[in-house]
Amino acid sequence: MIPPELRYTNDHEWVRVDGETATVGITQYAADQLGDVVFVELPAAGQTFAQHSTFGVVESVKAVSDLYIPIDVEVLGSNDALGAGPELVNSDPYGAGWMVRVRVTDPGQLADLLDATAYERLTAEA
Amino acid sequence: MTDREVPPLRETALVEIHRALDARLIEFGGWLMPVQYRGILEEHRAVRERAGLFDLSHMGELFVEGAGAGDALASAVVTDPRTLVVGRAHYSMLCADDGGIIDDLIIYRLAVDRFLVVANAGNAAVVSDELADRFQGWDAVLDDRSMATSLVAIQGPASRGILAPLTDIDLDALRYYAIAEGCVAGIPALVARTGYTGEDGFEVFVDWAQGPAIWTALEVAGSAADLIPCGLGARDTLRLEAGMPLYGNELDRTTNPFEAGLGRVVKLDKPGDFVGREALATAADSPLTRRLVGLVVTGRGIARHGYRVMRDGRPIGAVTSGTQSPTLGQPIAMAYVHPDAAEPGTILAVEVRGQPVPAEVVPLPFYRRPR
Repeated sequence: MIPPELRYTNDHEWVRVDGETATVGITQYAADQLGDVVFVELPAAGQTFAQHSTFGVVESVKAVSDLYIPIDVEVLGSNDALGAGPELVNSDPYGAGWMVRVRVTDPGQLADLLDATAYERLTAEA
Repeated sequence: MTDREVPPLRETALVEIHRALDARLIEFGGWLMPVQYRGILEEHRAVRERAGLFDLSHMGELFVEGAGAGDALASAVVTDPRTLVVGRAHYSMLCADDGGIIDDLIIYRLAVDRFLVVANAGNAAVVSDELADRFQGWDAVLDDRSMATSLVAIQGPASRGILAPLTDIDLDALRYYAIAEGCVAGIPALVARTGYTGEDGFEVFVDWAQGPAIWTALEVAGSAADLIPCGLGARDTLRLEAGMPLYGNELDRTTNPFEAGLGRVVKLDKPGDFVGREALATAADSPLTRRLVGLVVTGRGIARHGYRVMRDGRPIGAVTSGTQSPTLGQPIAMAYVHPDAAEPGTILAVEVRGQPVPAEVVPLPFYRRPR
């Protein structure tokens, strides 16, 4: 199920907006496509990223994939639990498998994101 | 890019079974093959702990027959298949004149004058052409049955118990690297105790059209032992843990057997000449310029194919295969490094996204099955 309250990107990241902050992760679709996730590399608090730039790396048994930040952000913190438990990305991508908590530095960019209906259409076409 | 047309992918006789199992299908060696069903880690563990079922019908099966079959093969490959007892097999290589590896092979002796050569899918056509060429003047006939043979492997500690009730072949008498002819689930088959996983297991060769029947018979027989279908993804992590080379990664035309740690396979002193002998003899007497080693990454990061291996900030080699080892729970890799850096215990670094990550040279294999 694609959570209706989240916003999405064409690159299969999700964003949970909470006022001026947000949480970012990858979708179940992305996790399924990657296969078993065995390693996640995430940024330290304080780093800033411009929309669509690479903020981290997720590795499955077979493949290495970049993570793209959907909007301009400053990182507030990363999910340390993924260090010892990268499989959370597969088992609970919208919950315990979250990746970074960020401060939204350009709220206007939130309009660029897809709603759940549009994202569902995207994955159905893929 | 060119306008050259890409030939359509070949499909094994089992492709509809894979689709019904919801496998993820990818291109491999010119074939459409399952890379995974439920997940690589689950499939990997099934083979280490119980049993896994693989469709390997993409592999090349080349039969060599005739009074001169042994002599012809001995002139074409680096081993001496004439020394094989009937019913036994050995690992071999086909090398070019310059000693570079064209493919690695398993050669089975089926009868005094009949052999089976199993080649990698992506090289099967080249091997077939090379053997045909090298057999000229010998009393030997090459019969390429790659497109007429289905190959299903059952691998893992429960394999013997699953297969035994289905076959008239005495599996207890079938040793590692042995092959026998018989029936499996009523289907005429060649059953070999070989594999590419580091576990006990069997490879079952049948007529192309019998592929689905043999697969289903093994799947049903294995269900009580929790056998599951396994794809090429798990095959790759299993062989890497077992320290087995993969053609295209550890072995290629620019690699000679000695650098790959496979010098023992090359029989320079066998009677008669063979293709590559001169170059291989020279290589055997020359200092190595690089050596294949095992690496365990001790820092945070996974070494991958093509990543640079560094010592004191300078590149001294490259990773050929690397992944997170499901059994060890650590990142493992194979790499070619400068011979000075090849001693187990040597601390090196793998460059992961521009950053040096510590790694230690370890003896191969990474994993040896408990006996």
